[in-house]
Amino acid sequence: MTTTSVSRRTALYESHKLLGGRMVDFHGWELPVQYESILREHEATRSRCGLFDVSHMGQIFVSGPDAPAFLQKVNANDISRIGPGRAVYSHLPNEKGGVVDDVIVSCLAKGRYLVVVNAATADKDFAWFRKNAKGLRVELENKSDLYGMVAVQGPRAAEIAAFIASQAPSLPRFGAMELSLYDQPSFVTRTGYTGEDGFEFIVPNEIVVRLWEELLAQGRSFGATPCGLGARDTLRLEAGYLLYGQDIDDDHTAYEANYGWVVKLDKGDFIGKDVLVRQKKDGVKRKLTGIKLLERGVARPGAGIVVEGRRAGELCSATYSPTLACGIGVGYLDRPDLASGTKVVVLLHGREIPSEVVKVPFYLSPNLRKGA
Amino acid sequence: MFDPKSLKFMKSHEWLRLDGDVGAVGISEHAQKEITDVVFVEPPKLGRKVKQGEPCCVVESVKAAFDIYAPVSGEVVAANADVVKDPQLVNHEPYGKGWLFKIKAASPAEASNLMNNEDYEKFLLSEAAHGSR
Repeated sequence: MTTTSVSRRTALYESHKLLGGRMVDFHGWELPVQYESILREHEATRSRCGLFDVSHMGQIFVSGPDAPAFLQKVNANDISRIGPGRAVYSHLPNEKGGVVDDVIVSCLAKGRYLVVVNAATADKDFAWFRKNAKGLRVELENKSDLYGMVAVQGPRAAEIAAFIASQAPSLPRFGAMELSLYDQPSFVTRTGYTGEDGFEFIVPNEIVVRLWEELLAQGRSFGATPCGLGARDTLRLEAGYLLYGQDIDDDHTAYEANYGWVVKLDKGDFIGKDVLVRQKKDGVKRKLTGIKLLERGVARPGAGIVVEGRRAGELCSATYSPTLACGIGVGYLDRPDLASGTKVVVLLHGREIPSEVVKVPFYLSPNLRKGA
Repeated sequence: MFDPKSLKFMKSHEWLRLDGDVGAVGISEHAQKEITDVVFVEPPKLGRKVKQGEPCCVVESVKAAFDIYAPVSGEVVAANADVVKDPQLVNHEPYGKGWLFKIKAASPAEASNLMNNEDYEKFLLSEAAHGSR
């Protein structure tokens, strides 16, 4: 293990400073936690459009004759189901059934794939890929340092993305497209981490500032707002998305995280499958459970959760939900049997807050339900 | 809106505005910026006796919960119902409608150990202010 004390900056660092972004360290990256207000940025994304610098995310390209077989081996989801122009959310399981990373795999062309990985895990993932590619005819390229990434999210995202790439709005949800932007080889996917319709542009570092400025300029009349990590976290938690390192890691499985749908046991062999098969049959001993506070208070990671007078776990992600106007969180409970509506207690700064188990996602956007 | 020049400040960024022996309490412009969007305010119960420097009110933002310390000793005589209903008042008008509660000071002279606006501004520029919130 190495630790880096020097923060890395994305190509948009100066742009964030100009916009008044409050910079914080996020897994070794200097990124804005907010510009003006987390609440306003959250609201803008839910009702209009939010623009996010997600350049810290990593890009690993996989190609070669054995690329499909390799990806099937390292993914829990079924990569054979995506053809050119399609993407899928997946987990990379380890031998224990735990999760090396959660990723989005895009099929760019037959035998050519782009895997978008988390910032903190990009190097670990690449080493994991290389180890598991031995003996296979597959080429792996970690181009995380060469690409920047901007997410355009919200009900107006398609209209704004169209100014950058006129074909973007024709992409289906989880569609992926390779295209030339400002004469540079780039990619756009209809994906995101907010629970809204949206796009993620993956472009060479040299043109990220140009892309960002054009999105800001064209988005202005639609009420597009630059958003920081604060709003990104409240949006993704409302939408029930996992944060790697906080909600899942090498020691928690997809079934425990209540993400069993990602695991396709019928697709053939893959790493960790035997453990996952057993866990599916026997059931899990702990489960990531959605908790909603019924009284005033903002749930915080680390807060204890008491079920029937006994501490049954703690919150791993928790925040104030701007959309629901109450505290929400998810935590692993050693009571995987709890139905939604079950009353529990959250321990918060010495107070016992009446709370209840709820279904995740906490919030389902009507804009996404329309089938965008 | 109170003129900041008429306020006394604590190092923990609360302000006190004395009117006779009754003082209104809030948090500074600097503090509201630092703690970001306030979403809950839990003011002290009326009649509660507090000592100077004692935590007596909780302000929660999207980011974290913050204890608010009593700038003077005395009895809590009012709580701002408006900030309970609309916590963002603390962000929008920290020196006005965003006040939190009022204390009837046991000894108004106690406030002399607080900073005036000029000293508070200097304090904010000094190292000591960093990381205290």
